[in-house]
Order: sequence, then C-alpha cells, then structure tokens
Amino acid sequence: MTQKLTRPGTSRGAEPGPGTGAPDPKRRGDRVFRGFAMGAGILILVILALVAAFLLIQGSPALFADPAKLISQGYGEFLPWVLPYAFGTVWAAILALVLAVPVAVGIALFISHYSPRRLAQPLGYVIDLLAAVPSVVFGLWGSLVLAPAARPLYEWLSANLGFIPLFSGTVSGTGRTIFTAAIVLATMVLPIITSMCREVFLQAPRLHEEAALALGATRWEMVKMAVFPFARPGIIAAVMLGLGRALGETMAVTMVLSGTRNITFELLTSENPNTIAATVAQNFPEAFGLKTSQLIAAGLVLFLITLVVNMIARWIVSRRAEFSGAN
Amino acid sequence: MRIKTIATAALVTATALAFAGCASNETPAAGGTTAAGASKTLTGTGSSAQKAAQEKWVAAFQTKNSSVTVNYNPDGSGAGRSAFIAGAANFAGSDRPFKDEEMGAGKFAGCAADSSALNLPVYISPIAVIFNVDGVTDLTFDTDTIAGIFSGKITKWNDAAIAKTNPKVTLPDAAITAVHRGDDSGTTNNFTDTLNKTSPTVWTQAAADTFPAAFGGEAANGTSGVVQAVTGGKNTIGYADASAAGKLGKASILVNGKPLQPTADAASAILDNSKTIAGRAANDLAYSLERTSEGVYPAVLVSYAIVCQTYKDAALGTLVKDYVTYIASADGQQAAATAAGSAPLSSALQAKVKTAIDSVK
Repeated sequence: MTQKLTRPGTSRGAEPGPGTGAPDPKRRGDRVFRGFAMGAGILILVILALVAAFLLIQGSPALFADPAKLISQGYGEFLPWVLPYAFGTVWAAILALVLAVPVAVGIALFISHYSPRRLAQPLGYVIDLLAAVPSVVFGLWGSLVLAPAARPLYEWLSANLGFIPLFSGTVSGTGRTIFTAAIVLATMVLPIITSMCREVFLQAPRLHEEAALALGATRWEMVKMAVFPFARPGIIAAVMLGLGRALGETMAVTMVLSGTRNITFELLTSENPNTIAATVAQNFPEAFGLKTSQLIAAGLVLFLITLVVNMIARWIVSRRAEFSGAN
Repeated sequence: MRIKTIATAALVTATALAFAGCASNETPAAGGTTAAGASKTLTGTGSSAQKAAQEKWVAAFQTKNSSVTVNYNPDGSGAGRSAFIAGAANFAGSDRPFKDEEMGAGKFAGCAADSSALNLPVYISPIAVIFNVDGVTDLTFDTDTIAGIFSGKITKWNDAAIAKTNPKVTLPDAAITAVHRGDDSGTTNNFTDTLNKTSPTVWTQAAADTFPAAFGGEAANGTSGVVQAVTGGKNTIGYADASAAGKLGKASILVNGKPLQPTADAASAILDNSKTIAGRAANDLAYSLERTSEGVYPAVLVSYAIVCQTYKDAALGTLVKDYVTYIASADGQQAAATAAGSAPLSSALQAKVKTAIDSVK
C-alpha cells in the first residue's frame, strides 16, 4: 500500500528537477488534509460563536428591557423568572447523575474486568444501542409507562420515608415528578458514561493489575488499587459529558415532567421546578414579541450554565491528570 | 490516508446538505394575492385551538376554488394578532377579540387607512372538566368547587363541598391531583376567565394564558398532555377541549341549580346570551362573554376570525370575504364540528356573521 502510493510520487517529483521551487507533491496530501482539519476546527468555533451571537442579539430585548414592560408583555422580571428554571435544570441533571453514575461505572467494570469475553462484546453493543434511541421515545415511555408504574413506589416512599425532606409533600397522582424525569434522564446518559468508562478501564496498565493480583489482592482490591486511580480523570470526563447531555435534554423532560416555576427539593410532588430547555420548548410555539426574546434569553442562560459546567470539568480533569499516576 | 480524505469529504458534504435542509424549511413570506396569473394566496395566522378546524376549512375551500391557496399558520393567538397588525397575515385567528385600545382606523397595516378591524366569532368549543377517579363515572360540581380544586384549596375527593353536589357518589378519601396546562393557551385563558367570572371570591386571579403559578397543581404540555396525565394518573382532574376528552368522565357544571354537560348546544348558547362589547361598530361582533346565563355551559372557548373592514387590496378583500363566508356558513360550521369537535354557531349567529362579512371590502 505504502509503496504504491509513494512510487508515482517520487518519479513525478524527480521530473521538474532541482531549483524550480515546485512544491513536493508528496506533501500535497498532507497540506490538503491539514487544511481540512484546520477548517473543521475553525468551523466549530465559528458555529459556537454564531450561536452565542444569535442568543445575545435575539435575547437582548428581554435582557435590557424595563422590568415593568417585561411584566406586562413578557413572562415577568427576567432574573426572578429564570432562576427557578435554572435551578430545575441543574437539579434534574444532578439527580440523573446520582442515579446513573454508579450503574454506569458498574456496567463498565463488568464489561472490562468481570464478564467473559463472549458476553462482554454483545453487552457493549446493547449499551451503545441505548444511545441511539431518540429522546422522544424515552419521553413517551416515561410518561405512558414509567410514571404510572412508579406512582405506587412514590406513595410508599412518602408514607414510610416522608420524614426525609426529599420525600415530603403530597405525592403526585400521576407520577410525573422530577424523580421520574431523573430516571428517564439517567437512562439517557447511561450509555454515554458507560462506553467512555469502559474504554478507560480497558486501558488500565496490565502490569499494575497483574502486580496487584500477584501481591495477593482480590479482584475488587485490584480494581480499587490499579484501575480506579488510573481511570479517575476519565470517569470525571465521562460524568461531565453525561451532565452536559442531561442539562440540555428537552423533549423527554417536556413530556415527562409536571414542571412549574418554583424552587423545591421535594421529589415526589406535582409542583416540580421545570428545566430551562423544557420551558422554552413548551412556550415557544405560542410566544411572540418580547416573550420570544425572553425565551431566547433563557436559552442564553442555559448556554452559559453548560459552558461553565464544561469548563469546571476541564479544570478538574487537567488538575487530576497530573498526580493520578496515569503515566 | 485515502479513506480519511473520503470520510472528511463525506462529512463536509453532509454538513452542507444539513444546512441546505434548514433553508428549505423556511416558510415563504406572508403576502397578499400574487399579481401574476390566476393563482391567489390567502395567509392567516393565529389560534392553535382553531388548527384542526382551519385545516378542514382550507381543504374544503381549496377544493371548491382550485386557483386559491390558503395558508393558516397555527402559531398562537398572540402571534396571529401581531402578524395581522403588521400586515403579515391577511386575517388572524384569535381566542379573544381585539381590545378597545387596540382597535382603530389606521392601526392595521393590511387595511385601508380609514378602516378598522372586524372581530367575527367563528369557532366555539366547550372546555370539559375531565376526571379519573376509581369507581366514579359521574360528577357534578358548582363553579366554586371547581375553582377550589384548581386553586389548591380543596385537596381531598371526599371534601364536603364535593360531597354536597354528589350525594349518590361514593367518594374516595384520596388526594386530588389537579392537572393544568403547562404551556400558554387560550384554553387556560377561557377556563380561568370562567372561574374568575363565576367564583371571584375563590378564584382571585384574572384570566390569563398562563395558569397562575400561585395556585400550584400538576402541569402537562398541550391538550393531549393533560388528557394523558389525567388518564394515566389516579384520582386526577383536569380541563381540556371536550372533543379531546376521549373515554374520560366529563363533569357536569351546576348553573342556577341545573347540571349541564359540555354539549355543543349548551356551549354555543353562550353567544346568543351575550352582548357585543359596547361602543363598537355595528358589524364588529366582539363579544363580552356572559358566563352565568341560564342554560349556558360556562366554560367555553370562543375563537375569532379577525379581518379588515376595508382591505388596501380590494381583490384580497373579496378573497377573505369568500373564505370567511364559507367558514361561518352552516356547511363550514358542520365541517368543523366533524373534524374538530367544535360546537356549530347557532343559525341566528350565522346570519349575523354573514351580514358582517358582507360589509367587508
């Protein structure tokens, strides 16, 4: 293969002779590819900048409007209006991660270190398939099947563990609570976290693992000593990727969650804090004028939240990488 | 190397195609009649409550008038009104008429300088109070009780207020989950208006598209979302277009001691018992709904077609006139009743709307 590629190149390269200054054709492919790669890199920055500019320009009428005008023509004063939704967005995503991360790490560990090879591969495929299910399908499942099915559990939790603030309040009669939304979101972020953790676990140095086992460590001790320290930045990166997905998820939350505009930590009631993405999706079709601007400005807030979360993730990963012993 | 290049090229092409796809989605700018040829275009924007009916009307009208294209964008009443003011829509669909201060000659870009707008009621739909309670098939409420339930003041099904109007029903000792619309909607506006007009002491908030957050309760997205939440839940109650209620129980509302179901007749009677807003032009049929009349089901959504008294473009005026005449005719109203489950206008009102449309130029 390499020979076939290089031979015409060298023969043609010899023809012009030295000193003509013609570029070395061998390098042409290199330069073209470099151009492509750089173009792609620039393109993504341009897209990001354009999206940010769009949000700023279209949202600015609401951001800089007189509060009285927002109350009469919009949804109300901007900050008090958007704050509960921002809280709901972060709260739902955190709940989803609390549910998803232990399971995802468990699955990844099972695939990489415990299961027989014959089982590991199909299981990996199935997990990846889960990522291909459209969010609207998750939404339908959540609202039609999961919510009614989970209602008895919620009633039990409220009756027996109601003294814990999380489970207090009147239980929703439909099961369309933030707990249900978190379960649906957890299902959606599970494949992302699992497949990334699996890759990281598989790269744990064989020698470390064997050394641990040779010193008489059990399998769990080996994982604890050799795999986790090595994989920690990878796990954090995977979690943050999942968090990004959970923060921005719209359709499933819109369909599953009974969202209102309030801040509460109660998990089982009818009055749950709605997320920004779901609020925008619900209200945009009927919005006009200042209301449209206000919803777009809410989108800007979501954009900033996601950006901040990702920056924190980068910072953690880079800080941890130095002394994780990965090298 | 080669494969990578091809992959990159494919990626670039795919991206380009994706962008091209976006562009082709954009709707053509709303305009009036096209001067070229015999084909004419009529653009309406507004109420999503009218969507199913408008689709039926557009299809029937275009079948009869093959040279005419009618576009109705169900972007919402507010969007419809602002598009009509800006002249981007030739007529608007709206769940409320223009207010006094919004009316006036010269305020509408598509109308002649000396012309104001006409609000014509064309779509009436009863809003049902739907419920899903184990073992209960029929319920009767007075409006105070309904307001109490949806404002979170009545929280148990066996509350004395509910038991009083339902002596024969065994009510469970269970919490009520009251489901409302989470998105802005004309249904919410008319439902809250009903409660505010009939039980002002319990329902202290004014009518609004957004359900008052202070009253709490469960939120669901869209009519179908509410119906589905009530159906899938237990001991639930909600409000939705009567046509969308499906197999759910529909509560009767007590009006002057008589229980009324959300039927077409009881709903359309509301306009025959209401007066048009005082001080408007004779042909402006903007009603101030009288929700407490004898024999009238109070929770009714009345949606309007808003047109110019005189259009800048006379040909366009004729076109609007033809279309709205069909909508308000017995045929058109029957078609909407079949397609959307609306309540047809009474024949007296059909005649009134006809007179009003005939004055459009």
